[in-house]
Amino acid sequence: MTQSSDEQIEKRSCISGIGQSEIGRRLYRDPLELTLDACIAAIADAGLTPRDIDGLSTYPGMAATPPGFSGAHATQVHDALRLELGWYGSGIETSGQLGSVVNACLAVGAGLANHVLCFRSVWEGSAQGSKGRKSAMAGAGRGGGFRASGIMEWTLPFYAPSAAVWVAMFAQRHFHQYGTTREQLAQIALNGRRNAQLNPAAIYREPMTIDDYFNARIISTPFCLFDCDVPADGATAVIVSRRERAGDLRRRPIRVEAVGTALRGRPSWDQFDDLSTMANRDAAAHLWTRTDLRPTDVDVAQLYDGFSFLTLSWIEALGFCPIGEGGRFIEGGGRIARDGELPINTHGGQLSAGRLHGYGFLHEACVQLWHEGGDRQVANRPEVAVAAAGGGNTCGCMLLVRE
Amino acid sequence: MLDGVPAEMSELPFRILPEVTELNRSFWTSGSSGALHFLACDDCGYMVHPPAPVCPRDLSKKLTPRPVSGRATVATFTINHQPWMPGPELPYVVAIVEIEEQPSLRLTTNIVGCAPEEVSVGMQVRVVFEHRPDPDGDDIWIPLFEPRSDGPAR
Repeated sequence: MTQSSDEQIEKRSCISGIGQSEIGRRLYRDPLELTLDACIAAIADAGLTPRDIDGLSTYPGMAATPPGFSGAHATQVHDALRLELGWYGSGIETSGQLGSVVNACLAVGAGLANHVLCFRSVWEGSAQGSKGRKSAMAGAGRGGGFRASGIMEWTLPFYAPSAAVWVAMFAQRHFHQYGTTREQLAQIALNGRRNAQLNPAAIYREPMTIDDYFNARIISTPFCLFDCDVPADGATAVIVSRRERAGDLRRRPIRVEAVGTALRGRPSWDQFDDLSTMANRDAAAHLWTRTDLRPTDVDVAQLYDGFSFLTLSWIEALGFCPIGEGGRFIEGGGRIARDGELPINTHGGQLSAGRLHGYGFLHEACVQLWHEGGDRQVANRPEVAVAAAGGGNTCGCMLLVRE
Repeated sequence: MLDGVPAEMSELPFRILPEVTELNRSFWTSGSSGALHFLACDDCGYMVHPPAPVCPRDLSKKLTPRPVSGRATVATFTINHQPWMPGPELPYVVAIVEIEEQPSLRLTTNIVGCAPEEVSVGMQVRVVFEHRPDPDGDDIWIPLFEPRSDGPAR
């Protein structure tokens, strides 16, 4: 049932500016500097100055592990830019990475702030250095005395320290239940790479063929190397503004039409009620209860691909096809290509553009709605975009409309 | 060798062990009895996993470890080839299994006792414990699962 109404608080908010730092596999640069580069760029993009920023939001904020997972805390940015804040917040226990942006929408809707600076910063590439991803795994290098606790209590003792393993099991279940194939799944990676070739900021831009995909080493079945994103360094920032304050802004903002934040199943990877869907099922359904727009109204979709299967799962959850039909939906790749009926991950996604962890999808949704995509711009002036981030038990999504 | 009890610890590869607490002790140590145990509500019978101090169904705090048959079904799995950590021989199987007595209760585990490529969704398995002595605390019994012929309990 649609509950859409102009009274919905997120509709009082808009996105007024975006910014990104230098992005690379391993930059060995100060992560706070990268973060500030993105923040300053976003503030300028909105036509604002740090004096105008009165709200601050980030994901995950203070987090010591895994290495490089949090490039800056809210407090560091707050102080570095000498912000004077009416509202601020950070944390990892929210509706995925975009939960921090949703929080900003709520803050401006509630009148606690007019212009909220939101950022996500990673330096996992440099932090892991040449030691590889296993150096970032919980318990790595801690010797026999280390004991697993928290959610890792139920996975680490079984040599399952990585989301690659956890998501692979969801993919395997989908393959079993619906006949999804690796040939189909490959299209997520191939589509991302084709788009990345047109994105100067993308990390991986050399062509990828289906043979390259099948020749890549297996990580955890059914995933090969190209189904998994790669640690990177880079920061992304967006400004969420109160729509009444659009007069402050450099250009016409992007309206936040609806957000999806629900998590109705158990907040757990292995205890979630349906192993062929994830928390995106709830977040996406929630989004569609808060708007009169329908999936067929979406012109471009930026869907989290920390692992290829997560994009397929978001396609189904958001109703672009029925649950179970995702493999057939992406088969051949034409439908999700830049000139297809539902262009997806037009910047290359995390698989090829870099693991910016969620915010890259929101950034690209705005780029496309502002028609600033350059060589990778989707034709016919897209007006409605969806940005979705997260997987497993933490997911959130936003529906954006060009005003 | 007792059924399900592996060889000496010295032959076992590195494995990260769980931190044992009052709440989870029965789960991680009950293998010493030969049976997998879950915390179950005395009032409604629901098994609460991961262990919690309150039954989510009726909010009762009367929870007692209860043995189960150890029979389970593979809900999904992956054959992992990536050397994330020292210890296991590659490739190895990580699976999510559904416990027979309460299929919504699942465990992430390893499937042992067969070649990785023999594992399939729907496969019938039973628990087998890997005994990890701990001179400083509770011995831990890691619940792994192995194939079983689909018949009465053995």
